[in-house]
Amino acid sequence: MNPAFSVIFLTTLIGAGQGLFIATVVGAPYLHQSGSGSFPVVASLVVFTLLVAGLIASFFHLGRPERAWRAATKWRTSWLSREVIVLPMAMLVSLVYAWIHWQDMGSQGSTQWIGWIGVAIMVLLFLCTSMIYACIKFLQEWASAVTVINFTLLGITSGLLLASGLAFLLGEPVAIEFLLVGMIVTATSMMTKLFAFYRNSRIKAHSNIQTAIGIKHRHITQRSMGMTGGSFNTRAFFHHCSEKLMANMRGIVLTLVFIVPLFLLAISVQLSQPILVWIAFIVQFLGLLAERWLFFAQANHPQNLYYQTVG
Amino acid sequence: MSKQLALVIDLNVCVGCHACVTSCKEWNTSGSAGSMPDERPYDSDPTGTFFNRVQTYEVGQYPNCETVHFPKSCLHCEDPPCVPVCPTGASYKREEDGIVLVDYDKCIGCEYCSWACPYGAREIDSQQKVMKKCTLCVDRIYDEKLPEMERKPACVLACPTSARLFGDIHDPDSTVSQAIREEGGYQLMPEWGTSPANHYLPRRKTRITIHEDELVREDNPLHKEDVYPTGPVKQTTLDDVTSW
Repeated sequence: MNPAFSVIFLTTLIGAGQGLFIATVVGAPYLHQSGSGSFPVVASLVVFTLLVAGLIASFFHLGRPERAWRAATKWRTSWLSREVIVLPMAMLVSLVYAWIHWQDMGSQGSTQWIGWIGVAIMVLLFLCTSMIYACIKFLQEWASAVTVINFTLLGITSGLLLASGLAFLLGEPVAIEFLLVGMIVTATSMMTKLFAFYRNSRIKAHSNIQTAIGIKHRHITQRSMGMTGGSFNTRAFFHHCSEKLMANMRGIVLTLVFIVPLFLLAISVQLSQPILVWIAFIVQFLGLLAERWLFFAQANHPQNLYYQTVG
Repeated sequence: MSKQLALVIDLNVCVGCHACVTSCKEWNTSGSAGSMPDERPYDSDPTGTFFNRVQTYEVGQYPNCETVHFPKSCLHCEDPPCVPVCPTGASYKREEDGIVLVDYDKCIGCEYCSWACPYGAREIDSQQKVMKKCTLCVDRIYDEKLPEMERKPACVLACPTSARLFGDIHDPDSTVSQAIREEGGYQLMPEWGTSPANHYLPRRKTRITIHEDELVREDNPLHKEDVYPTGPVKQTTLDDVTSW
């Protein structure tokens, strides 16, 4: 597949937002009693900003953005439609959570249940976003529960690092817990990502040129794809990058998303340097952009079997 | 059972002339699906939206090889994976005749349906920014202003070798059903369970077996009576005696 940058930004931005919201709600009981109490408000507003930024990015993917509202109609069958419904719900709940904590500032209110509803919505949104890809059964690199697990874990990882950075900024001691949990989730998602790489390297394609044109012969060569200048089929489904870059991308992803952030976080624990947490978050976010790019690029669409030679 | 209109394409007959491609483009760019843009048609990098393409494959290795021309358009699957993924309902399958269509007024151009089609049958219109695909000439096959002969998809009418058959594959007596049944019609990528309505007829070898006794007449009366023609007899001809 040819990676669509609008979708790359959509999934990484809202992933970080969802992760941050989950971290905020789960971490709320551990906030320092004497703290300013502004952390949940600030964090939820950052969540809202990230979700809005993701939504804006997604509009660049549409040919007819003015009709986007129609996308909420087919939620019975389409995961994309479900995402379109759940994303505004997630925005709303982040605003409501911020508002409640603004009203309730300083006291540990009975507002936590709103937070948990929000967590459920965020998890649902992870499911909707990832199932958009995982439900296409002939895109074998995507059609797996691993896709759902990775979208969810990577989003939570990114959100935890952001939560830690924000908590350090606001002087909340819970920042160190966010940081430690963030390291654990980063390490866990590294395992699942490695498993995804392993799984994808062993995929045996169900479709081949024989089933594509229905001729049972060992030697079939395409001589013409029916056009000389390319078409939507040659632009949208091929990444047009070298095998060398593709091979290197795995290393880049593993380094930026997992190894460098883990290293920086470990140092920041040792030296208590909050700035390193922010650097880790930014490096990891750049890595996540690369990870999502690779997620698209490594998916082999069966239609590519029909477009192997210009002729 | 409801109707399922479809094309049956005979790979044994297709000569790869692209007449179906051009007539499809001509009809549909001026019809309800139009226009179908061509970008930079006379430059070095031309591109455009087509509903139908003819590809060419070489099967086997030289010199034991055959050229197979392979027309490819939307297969109007009986279980189309592109339809349920559409978030707006723009992509739909008609109950009455099984044609898979796109409502160009509802499509938001998200391209998700094209990801969900294993055959690459859909192309985005780069100017209208909506997804387009073969309509089986739905604006033509029911048009009563046309003579009944012409109420067929443009590609079917254009084919000079009649490699394209059109009809209802749910009707067991239709030409297409008979062709599928008797000529070994098959579907593309059956492994995904999409059950494409369009079928392809395979290459067929036309051979007859002739035995020795069919070439030499066993009951030849000359043979029986043992009287054979003796060949030219040496005698004077008119040429020998005249002098012109």
